[in-house]
Amino acid sequence: MARLIDSRYTPLVAVVFVALALPLIFPSPFYYRIGALVFIFALAVIGLNLLMGFAGQVSLGHAGFLGIGAYAVAIGPTHLGLPSWFCIFAGAGASALVAYVVGQPILRLKGHYLAVATLGFGLMIAIVLTNEAGWTGGPDGMSVPRLVLFGWPVHGSKAWYWVAAGTLAVGVALALNLIDSPSGRALQAIHDSEVAALVLGVRVARKKLGVFVISAVYASVAGSYLALLNGHITPDLAGFMRSIELVAMVVLGGMGSIFGSLVGAGVLVVLPQALTGFHDYEHMALGLIVMGFMILLRRGIVPTLGAALAGRAP
Amino acid sequence: MSILQVERLSIAFGGVRAIDDVTLSVPRACVFSIIGPNGAGKTTLFNLISGVYRPAAGRVLLDGVDVSGFAPDRLARRGLSRTFQNLQIFFRLSALENVMVGRNRHETTNVIQDLLHLPAVRRQNRATREAALAALARVGLEADADKPAGSLPYGAMKRLEIARALASEPQVLLLDEPAAGCNPVETGELDEIIRAIVREGVTIVLVEHDMRLVMNISDRIHVLANGRTLTEGSAAEVRSNPAVVEAYLGTHNARGRAVA
Ligand SMILES: Nc1ncnc2c1ncn2[C@@H]1O[C@H](COP(=O)(O)OP(=O)(O)O)[C@@H](O)[C@H]1O
Ligand SMILES: [Mg+2]
Repeated sequence: MARLIDSRYTPLVAVVFVALALPLIFPSPFYYRIGALVFIFALAVIGLNLLMGFAGQVSLGHAGFLGIGAYAVAIGPTHLGLPSWFCIFAGAGASALVAYVVGQPILRLKGHYLAVATLGFGLMIAIVLTNEAGWTGGPDGMSVPRLVLFGWPVHGSKAWYWVAAGTLAVGVALALNLIDSPSGRALQAIHDSEVAALVLGVRVARKKLGVFVISAVYASVAGSYLALLNGHITPDLAGFMRSIELVAMVVLGGMGSIFGSLVGAGVLVVLPQALTGFHDYEHMALGLIVMGFMILLRRGIVPTLGAALAGRAP
Repeated sequence: MSILQVERLSIAFGGVRAIDDVTLSVPRACVFSIIGPNGAGKTTLFNLISGVYRPAAGRVLLDGVDVSGFAPDRLARRGLSRTFQNLQIFFRLSALENVMVGRNRHETTNVIQDLLHLPAVRRQNRATREAALAALARVGLEADADKPAGSLPYGAMKRLEIARALASEPQVLLLDEPAAGCNPVETGELDEIIRAIVREGVTIVLVEHDMRLVMNISDRIHVLANGRTLTEGSAAEVRSNPAVVEAYLGTHNARGRAVA
């Protein structure tokens, strides 16, 4: 049989299947909102995984790009009269530009130094969003006008569920394409040995900058969608805790696994919802569960289980 | 004209003069070996030539062009590649993919094309794969193409690094102890592999402790001790030089083999 769908697209098939199947088991429309959140976070996490899991460069400031994307769809329509759909692209463009400028000096750093520098970047964005109250509404945030696509308002959890699922499918496909390409091989090589990549002629600095920009665009689009879905945003979206949450999703799901990013986002969006019954102990329970996952599945959920299924020791 | 010239090159770490005023000239398409006791500065010299370290003084000329201070990727794009004494394998990738990375400087698609997996990328991937398989075959690893690179035995990883560098189509290839961890049969194969590479016009600069291999294969041998040049000459000249014998016997030799 002709292989219509390359096996490397398996995660894409999974996304499409899950997105189509989930509504069949949703007990109430509220679940569409959770589903949309999972898909949107998964988008940002896939981008960050390209940077962290494939290229091996950490970012503790990626929520900064969520923030840029989110405020683009808030500020553009409110203050500048621009259409929301255009602002999603404009936000992505702005994030790409910021990543390009900030990435040049920052990505020369390695390990902990890179971690702290990206952390500083994230804090900077959050502070700008808080302080520029005339544009952003300050700490209280601002409301976000609805997205109108081809004359139709995209409104409600159900509509966003499908928009997010479609965008995630595109994001997954692009990520899988990148991995199986000259750029993708170069990035994975950089992860293992920068010096070996260099002596083979790989332009390491340029490749790192490229994947940083790509991951910023993923996060920015996710940020725009979160803002549009919620209808209101605050600078918390760009805050340190959000950045950490994204990193946790990457690591929990599995570094270097696109499947893992979907699972990581799924677990860390759904768990807090599922644990609301624990009231005061919700965060403690969440923390314990996440610790348990990492202790038992130390390479992340998907890579560890994948290896176990393939018959190797986890 | 020599393909590679090193002029009065020096670098120090703290108080240690790891390379101290070294000058040498490598003719085209030959095997030029650099030997010397452990700590003599051989790997440091490779790091200087390949742009991993910047020289404190002196120049490196590649094909007549002053390339001192060039970054390693820039040098690689001018046709200078190397392997590493302490392996630098891409453990995440298969053996074949390791070698495919070696094709990077010949790959022409941009990142947008890569993201979209345009037909050009598909063609590029196929071409890269073929070239990489050919490079693997040159070191006798074609059967291991799809194995995880980290699962290969030590000697095979050393050869994988050679294949990877070959895939980049260098004019000059620096090999840092390629026979380390090889049994005599494998060392014999390595001898053949190196000769075949030189026959194609590539210049080999070889750092190696296996004196049988060095004496068999080298057109010229440059001897370092304590960061300085001790002597240079043909295998016969170096072997019979009392200063060389003393430098090796005075310190301990990695394999415990006498030079002569
Ligand atoms: N990055 C470095 N930092 C400090 N000292 C170094 C460094 N690289 C090499 N050296 C020192 O330079 C000397 C030469 O080392 P090396 O070039 O590795 O020798 P060889 O390869 O001939 O065994 C040694 O004394 C070593 O400790
Ligand atoms: Mg050495």
